[in-house]
Amino acid sequence: MRDDRATVSGWAAGLVAGVSLMAVAAAPANAADLAGKTVEFVIPFSESGGSARWANFYAPLLSEALPGNPTVVVKFMPGAGSTKGANWFQEQDVTDGTVIFGTSGSTQFPYLLGDPRVRYEYNDWQVVLASGVGGVSYLPPDLAEKFDGDADDLKGINFQWGSQGATRLDLVANLAWKMLGMTVDPVFGIKGRGDGRLMFERGEANIDYQTSPAYLKSVVPLVEQGLASPMMVWGSLDADGNIVRDPTFPDIPTFKEVCEATEGCETSGEAWDAWKAFFIAGFPAQKMVFLPGGASAETVAMYEQAFNDIIARDDFAEKSAATLGIYPQMTGDAATNAKTLATSVGDDSKSYVVNWLEADYGVSLK
Amino acid sequence: MELLATALPALGEALALIFQPQQILFLVLGVLLGLSVGVFPGLGGIAGLSLVLPFIFGMDPVSGLALMVGLVAVVPTSDTFASVLLGIPGSSASQATVLDGFPLSKKGEAARALSAAFISSLFGGILGAVVLTFFILVARPMILAFGIPEMLAVTFLGLSMVAILAGRIPLKGICAAGLGLMVGTIGEAAAGGSLRMSTYDIPYLIDGLSLVIVGLGIFAIPEIVSLLRQDRSISSDGGLGSGWLHGIADWFRNIWLSIKCSAVGVMVGVIPGLGGSVVDWIAYGFTVQSAKDKSQFGKGDIRGVIGPESSNNAKEGGGLVPTLIFGIPGSGSMAVFLGGLALLGYEAGPHMVRNNLDITYTIVWSLALANVVGAGLCILLSGQIAKLTTIRFTLVAPFLFMVIAFAAFQSRQSLGDLVALMAVGMLGIFLKRFDWSRPAFLIGFVLSSQTENFTNMANQLATTRFRRDFWEGIDYIASPITLIIVVLTVVSIIIGIRQGKQILGSGDVPAGGKRAPMIFLLVVTAYLMVAWLDAASINLITDKVFPVTIGGISLIGCLILLIMMMRAPETDPLFADLERGGEDGNAPHGLWATLGWFAFLLVLCSLLGFILALIIFLVAFLRLRAQISWLHTTILTVCGVGFICFMAGMLNRDFPPGLLQEFVKLPWPLT
Repeated sequence: MRDDRATVSGWAAGLVAGVSLMAVAAAPANAADLAGKTVEFVIPFSESGGSARWANFYAPLLSEALPGNPTVVVKFMPGAGSTKGANWFQEQDVTDGTVIFGTSGSTQFPYLLGDPRVRYEYNDWQVVLASGVGGVSYLPPDLAEKFDGDADDLKGINFQWGSQGATRLDLVANLAWKMLGMTVDPVFGIKGRGDGRLMFERGEANIDYQTSPAYLKSVVPLVEQGLASPMMVWGSLDADGNIVRDPTFPDIPTFKEVCEATEGCETSGEAWDAWKAFFIAGFPAQKMVFLPGGASAETVAMYEQAFNDIIARDDFAEKSAATLGIYPQMTGDAATNAKTLATSVGDDSKSYVVNWLEADYGVSLK
Repeated sequence: MELLATALPALGEALALIFQPQQILFLVLGVLLGLSVGVFPGLGGIAGLSLVLPFIFGMDPVSGLALMVGLVAVVPTSDTFASVLLGIPGSSASQATVLDGFPLSKKGEAARALSAAFISSLFGGILGAVVLTFFILVARPMILAFGIPEMLAVTFLGLSMVAILAGRIPLKGICAAGLGLMVGTIGEAAAGGSLRMSTYDIPYLIDGLSLVIVGLGIFAIPEIVSLLRQDRSISSDGGLGSGWLHGIADWFRNIWLSIKCSAVGVMVGVIPGLGGSVVDWIAYGFTVQSAKDKSQFGKGDIRGVIGPESSNNAKEGGGLVPTLIFGIPGSGSMAVFLGGLALLGYEAGPHMVRNNLDITYTIVWSLALANVVGAGLCILLSGQIAKLTTIRFTLVAPFLFMVIAFAAFQSRQSLGDLVALMAVGMLGIFLKRFDWSRPAFLIGFVLSSQTENFTNMANQLATTRFRRDFWEGIDYIASPITLIIVVLTVVSIIIGIRQGKQILGSGDVPAGGKRAPMIFLLVVTAYLMVAWLDAASINLITDKVFPVTIGGISLIGCLILLIMMMRAPETDPLFADLERGGEDGNAPHGLWATLGWFAFLLVLCSLLGFILALIIFLVAFLRLRAQISWLHTTILTVCGVGFICFMAGMLNRDFPPGLLQEFVKLPWPLT
């Protein structure tokens, strides 16, 4: 019965298969075969967010690339800032690869901060894909004039911006600005980063940041009209885990460069370590696909192969640039490294951030 | 003139694009899909759009747009069926329609109410499109003029509608609204994440209660239970008094009202961040305030249908402005719409209006056309569908319970949804029984998080400006737009207080016996007390101020009520109790036995999972309560279960699992 169900992404898969006329990449002979099965790609967010876009992008491609061409259904399970879905996934013991789970920075952060709602353990899960995203901070033109590669002249200005919450992805931006010695007052309670940009456009906020896809789409036009000016990017990770310039924005300096140039900002020490740890959790490995801990090595290998095949497609670069931006899509060891970096934070960094959130925003994580 | 020179050629192109046989076909397809999804309460546009999204990929843009727009456009139209015929608010867009639409159905005038609602929707949709065509070119600066203080002012304007909907005893209405506001704060605070009236041990509560569940619980369950106790049809005399042509004539007579409410819809819809939740209440309040004879509102005044319905489709059009110009979706369905647009190769944003004006107009006018097709179809169908109100209600009710339980479960896909639905349903039943204003409660609930958020944010932004310079702060807070809206709010409150008693409150309500109304008041007071103490124990000032203030005011209101009750005789309207006489008091079936059936379904569901529970429930109900033959019972049960499986299968939705599913792995749909 279940397999006969007409499913949303199943149709997408069929459609893509029909339309693109692409030869399915030859899958290696594998004991595991998902023919006739339905793979549930569970996303712990609602239908409208960035994660939904990411999952909907991959689902039809996965369906083509997996042996046996199973129907891949994206299933949304929002709640409690994505911890609900993650707690659910922790309980899953499906070993044949018919349940996979997509996380985001918002799933990583509560885990890193020891949020009481977290009942899941990343170390139990097996990563098969890690997708990166970047972030760009920008200023109004009049304030941007005072920014010349270092933030020394921005000290003493009262900055305000719309933020989704102290413990969310915005933490990376708040900490970066603080380390530069800037006085930035977050106005909490907005529903998404788009609302924050609107506050900037209205002049209620005088600093903001956006993830790269949103920046490209909505802030670049403002920059062209002289209504906004980029300040810095968070950066990208190279293969060795060093922060380098973002390939999508090669002309914008990284926070690391700005920090080095700014008096009082250090690129070593506990503040820097904490920032880097949370930056890595939030951006270069923002979205990951997991199999449950119990999945066999064969199943893991099958998914790795499938994602490798997808990334190797001729049209992948073009397709993903439009939806995901130009960022590494990591599999195998690279993904495992990204996961380790994204989900392990030293106790010092963690307690630094917890204390800072308590001291600056009165948020206690107990 | 320059405006016209830009707009007209693009408009011409757009119309040429739309009026192709193929595009019209896709549009009609979208409309049909939207209608069939939209009649289902709680599903709405998101489910429907997710359904067509896979097809969109690779379609030519105009056809894809036609399909998507057709679908989005008719959802606020089609959910009118449930709100008028069954008293079930299908989405936030149709809450106010319930107030007068459902009483009209009970009077046997369902066809009239439906056709008036649809023609109003149609008109609102077209007016919205006309305004948008020109407004979208100059909208940017105007939208940017709406900062946080302005949005806060509009939210207050929405809240001020409580005054006119407060009912017979204004203080009760205020307490109901206060309770709604407090229930709206349950869960994690938006600003600082503190928990209010919830704990991490019950993850369900952290996200608070969803609007769908509160809408169903407060309006639908009390009405269904009350009707079921009568064992007759919805239409009290079993017939259909006046036909659909009558409704259209009604609309034409109130065309000015329709124009005004459409304008309200467009204006509020255009402001990003407000969402559609205030529009229909503002329109309803406005309708009542501007009417000369107010005696029939809440009991079946056709104007109470025309007003909100004119505004809610106009709002969809208005909502396109921020969605297209800023790329910020005004609602969940708009978010999915943006996703679909991206699949077609268009990124909404400033670029879109400047460089793809023809596509922009295609969207705007497809919306208008879809409205015409959708509402037109609905008008033609309304005469037939209205016959539902002449069927013996006992045969309809079990399927409504089925639909409501399923709809509620869609909000969080957890068993907690069903528990919450039952709890809110009980509250709704008591609010109705003791004559506390349910609209006031709902307005409070709907606007709770907005009010809190905007207040906090405006406060924070203003403080910084005041610190910098006093006049800069004043300038920020007291902009001309804010002042105008504040004046409107004050006027609305004054009119409401002076005239509100006539609405939802005329006629005699049975009273007598102090005990039951008093106990309910004490329970409400106790809840408010606990919620207040809970809020007071929060450390974070931003998360604490709002519930402490609102809770405090509501508590004072309740205490005054308590004192009034102690001093009043038991025949005073203060002690209104519908069980003491009238329709409910003399109903052949008891309140608790009837509610028990619904509880039976929910409990069974938590044990056996939804489908198994549903089969047992339907058979038991139809045999024991409706007392129909085994043959009919079987046919109806198979139809009902088959229908729900079909819907869920099509939309890829899950059913609530029960305890059984923890131990045994069953095939779909029994999971």
